[in-house]
Amino acid sequence: MSSMTDALRRTPLYDLAIAQKARMTSFSGWEMPVQFGGITQEHQAVRQSVGVFDISHMGKFVLRGEAILTQLQRLVPTDLGGLQPGMAQYTVLLNPQGGIVDDFIIYAQGTDRADLIVNAATTEKDKTWLLAHLSGVELEDWSGDRALLAVQGPDAVVTLQKFVEEDLSNVPKFGHLEGHVLGKPGFMARTGYTGEDGFEVMVEPETGRELWRSLLDAGAVPCGLGARDTLRLEAAMALYGQDIDDTTTPLEAGLGWLVHLDKVPEFIGRDVLVQQKQDGVSRRLIGLQLTGRNIARHDYPVLHSGEPIGKITSGTLSPTLGYPIALASVLADLAKIGQILEVEIRGKSYPATVVKRPFYKR
Amino acid sequence: MSLEYPEDLKYTDSHEYIRLDGDTATIGITAFAVDQLGDIVFLELPEVGDALERGETFGTVESVKAVEDLKAPLSGKVIERNDPLLDAPEQLADDPYGTAWLLKVEVSDGAELDDALSMEEYVALVEGEEG
Repeated sequence: MSSMTDALRRTPLYDLAIAQKARMTSFSGWEMPVQFGGITQEHQAVRQSVGVFDISHMGKFVLRGEAILTQLQRLVPTDLGGLQPGMAQYTVLLNPQGGIVDDFIIYAQGTDRADLIVNAATTEKDKTWLLAHLSGVELEDWSGDRALLAVQGPDAVVTLQKFVEEDLSNVPKFGHLEGHVLGKPGFMARTGYTGEDGFEVMVEPETGRELWRSLLDAGAVPCGLGARDTLRLEAAMALYGQDIDDTTTPLEAGLGWLVHLDKVPEFIGRDVLVQQKQDGVSRRLIGLQLTGRNIARHDYPVLHSGEPIGKITSGTLSPTLGYPIALASVLADLAKIGQILEVEIRGKSYPATVVKRPFYKR
Repeated sequence: MSLEYPEDLKYTDSHEYIRLDGDTATIGITAFAVDQLGDIVFLELPEVGDALERGETFGTVESVKAVEDLKAPLSGKVIERNDPLLDAPEQLADDPYGTAWLLKVEVSDGAELDDALSMEEYVALVEGEEG
């Protein structure tokens, strides 16, 4: 069982999670709730009604500078040319080897401002990277100063609407607005990490606490990192540090849809991606379906005819589908849909089939 | 949630319990272990007739979030296995000291039990881990 160190940071909602009898865990330097009533129950709540997550640990940057999106364009492979204020784009920062420095969302705020929500573990790394590669840009780090809540599920919008002045139904997927939450200023974005509809809400800490309590009173189920992981895995969304990292390119990670080589003439790492596009990648991130109830976990070997050909990057027993699913990085030649592979789980081999991602689609 | 630890059982620091009846021991995992694991999805146990060696891994219990080895609290021969539980391991959460036992074992060396923890010692241990 995990042990805690004294240095862990706590979000503004920490004591509310404790009051809800959440089980806490250490995650990227933060002491976070891993589960409240149980991962399966929380997972189902998000798939069937509405759940709320404290994601205040995530990194939050406000970037200010002239033609900020044009500047950011040099760091990401995704075409930002059509990104209108009020809209958001999921993308990746790349290093010169084409490896992923981080994956994150850019919220366009106008010509001279863009907000970024980044992974907790990479907040400092990203900050350093951005400041080193952008010029004349001011970076404000709100990571410790704001509460961030994710309200997710088919009933998320209607539940959150009770506490918001603006009409949320008008906000398109990946749209965002500055509005009023419980009468206080708040940032709301129709984004998330569960494969469901919903919003991410950024407010002052005190408003965040009040919103958490209000959402629970309105029937939202408090959810922890455990359910967040099973949900994002069903939706086949990569987890940084586990499925993707500095050594994985977006083409190897199945994130080719983020790479717009024809539209973006210059960005860090482009040469590598051009080469990979031409020659093909040698390994790829795939989805696997297993039988039985054995879970293939991070780092378990993936085999073909008894020979190691890759590793599991993430795995779980899918609460929605009822069978084990996994993401794995394997030799590209064996990455075709329908390919039968094996996964070694505690010394025994079990069959696994390469399947289409995502495993679950709303 | 307040967890229960029956007084008539012996415990291990790896969260198994032992219920001794003559030279037959019923082995299971404690309410604390079940609670810590969360939603249990998979259970692996030895066959009837297999030998257990005290301190050695005899199986696995897996939850959505973790996989833990089961450690034999004593040496002996497996004489019965709770097969229905293998198909519905989530039932471990309902009655770990009753219907959701794991194995019945013919004890080969009763003196091994002298090292096991009493209920009071075990409670002191898990309260330390919870804090």
